[in-house]
Amino acid sequence: MLEGGSVTLRLENVTKVFRTGTFGGGATVNAVTGVTFDIRPGEIVSLIGESGSGKTTVGRMILRLTPPTAGSITFDGRDVSTLGGRGLRDYYGRVQGVFQDPFSSYNPVFKVDRVFEMIRRAYLPTVTGSEWRERRRRALEDVGLEAADVLGKYPHQLSGGQLQRLLISRALLMDIEILVADEIISMLDASTRIDVLNILGDLRDRGLGVLFVTHDLALGNYLSDRVVILQHGRIVEMGPTAKVFANPVHPYTRMLLSCVPQLTAKWDATTNDDPRAVPTNPVLQLVGDDHYVER
Amino acid sequence: MTLAVDDLRVYYRTLKGDVKALDGVTFSVSDGEIMGLAGESGCGKTTLGKSLIRLDGRMQLMGGTVSLDGVRLPLADERAMSAFRFKDVSIVPQYAMSALNPIRKIGRMISELLDSRGVSYRDTRPELSRRLALVGLGDEILDRFPIELSGGQKQRVVMVLSTLMDPSLLIADELTSALDVSTQKAVAEMLVEFRDRGFVKSTIVITHDLAVLYQIADTILVMYAGKLVEKAPAGELTRDPRHPYTRLLIGSLPEVGARISEKRLQGIAGRPPSLLDPPSGCRFRARCPLAFAKCVEEPPFVEIAPGRHAACWKAAA
Repeated sequence: MLEGGSVTLRLENVTKVFRTGTFGGGATVNAVTGVTFDIRPGEIVSLIGESGSGKTTVGRMILRLTPPTAGSITFDGRDVSTLGGRGLRDYYGRVQGVFQDPFSSYNPVFKVDRVFEMIRRAYLPTVTGSEWRERRRRALEDVGLEAADVLGKYPHQLSGGQLQRLLISRALLMDIEILVADEIISMLDASTRIDVLNILGDLRDRGLGVLFVTHDLALGNYLSDRVVILQHGRIVEMGPTAKVFANPVHPYTRMLLSCVPQLTAKWDATTNDDPRAVPTNPVLQLVGDDHYVER
Repeated sequence: MTLAVDDLRVYYRTLKGDVKALDGVTFSVSDGEIMGLAGESGCGKTTLGKSLIRLDGRMQLMGGTVSLDGVRLPLADERAMSAFRFKDVSIVPQYAMSALNPIRKIGRMISELLDSRGVSYRDTRPELSRRLALVGLGDEILDRFPIELSGGQKQRVVMVLSTLMDPSLLIADELTSALDVSTQKAVAEMLVEFRDRGFVKSTIVITHDLAVLYQIADTILVMYAGKLVEKAPAGELTRDPRHPYTRLLIGSLPEVGARISEKRLQGIAGRPPSLLDPPSGCRFRARCPLAFAKCVEEPPFVEIAPGRHAACWKAAA
């Protein structure tokens, strides 16, 4: 699907400040503060945080749905915020997103095929009919769907898992390189969510870079190569998933891990209070091989 | 025995026919028991929870009886049930966070609710403060509007409110699902504390999250396509599930520590059957790896070991 291995999406010191209150006249909220990390091809990065941690805002800034207040997001060496017209169209041909609620991602009036046709019109107008059908079939096959089961149907006739897989296959039609997957399985049932996760794993093995935004540590751990933990919009810990989960250093990461309900061990009796205040001048420090912690 | 449900059937009337959301369920919940009710969307778990307190307009009681503390509940009689609601049976509804009246301050809302039951707000106030403090909320919360509270705070207000009359049975529907892990733990542990303090006698916790149930429930009841699948003590069900559906469901859950590179988990192929016209026999048989000829007959929900029930021809052996 992809060749080369050098294209990287890089966030550098990205900050987002929202104004609150009517007409934006009120206070400001720092949703994301000084976030720096990158997503490489063939790698799944889990962005983990609780509600309000800014994880969705990070995904939206990558997809240019929200402009950053400061800092830069570069893809293939080019600043994403300067893209316009043709450059932006090309960007969306390589970087795509799938969101939490598959039911509201479709227009209920149209058949689901329409999400594919819109891609064809915008990105693949020169492809012939037979080639188009073959590409569509392959993209559906990649996510474990049979064309006959889903094409020609309306959104309400399909399950959440099918709709979500259709959206992933829509992104695949364009040979994308980076996928921003924002809580894509939190609305799916346990018996189908693991299949969607496995699809992301397979696509990763074929070179796709994935930003997997989630609040579920178990899922993040199951799937990802690297993990970035956000608290109140700042990165408090990041590194290779196995290392961070085996040896969480930051108190917030430890607290999160201790609260995850498991099937084999009961919760211990510790309190859930936010472990500590943010230090006055926090910096990310290297504590192990590629493993950073805010101190 | 606090709650006894016998062959309860509740169908939804639709233009296409009856959706058999609850198709003959029989179980009981003892005094002091926290029973987890688990299953995937559309399995009938929320319908079961709602049936025990209020049938909405689309729900049709087709048969079965429910008794609470030896008294038969008049489920089909909207008015007669009113005497039981809040005092004997109470519910924390799904999306409890949006259950609070947005244009009433919390205190006024509680006062109006108590009023409607003929209970004095003034007399209840000290106990209300005590219980709010127990869940980490101060009295000042009574002067706030719901919009001023966080999701976890609203969830706790609804918990306190729903149990203020010390009901025999509390139904908590997806209480923790929309919460962050740290808040989820606090709210889930509250359920146990409320039981331990005797604010509620028995609790039915409805959720799709088996891991949360393992933490707080005494027993877990699993449903599939409107039928009961398996009931067992929480530890036994998660450690040694007997019904193939429970086994596959638990097998599809990633634990902290499980990695795709080391052990690839599998989902369950296929989809649950339509409840408009459910298949005869075992409803899981189309997706079941163990299905055999006998599965065209419906397996009864029977005791397969002390304290363990399952509806599967193979589980009984």
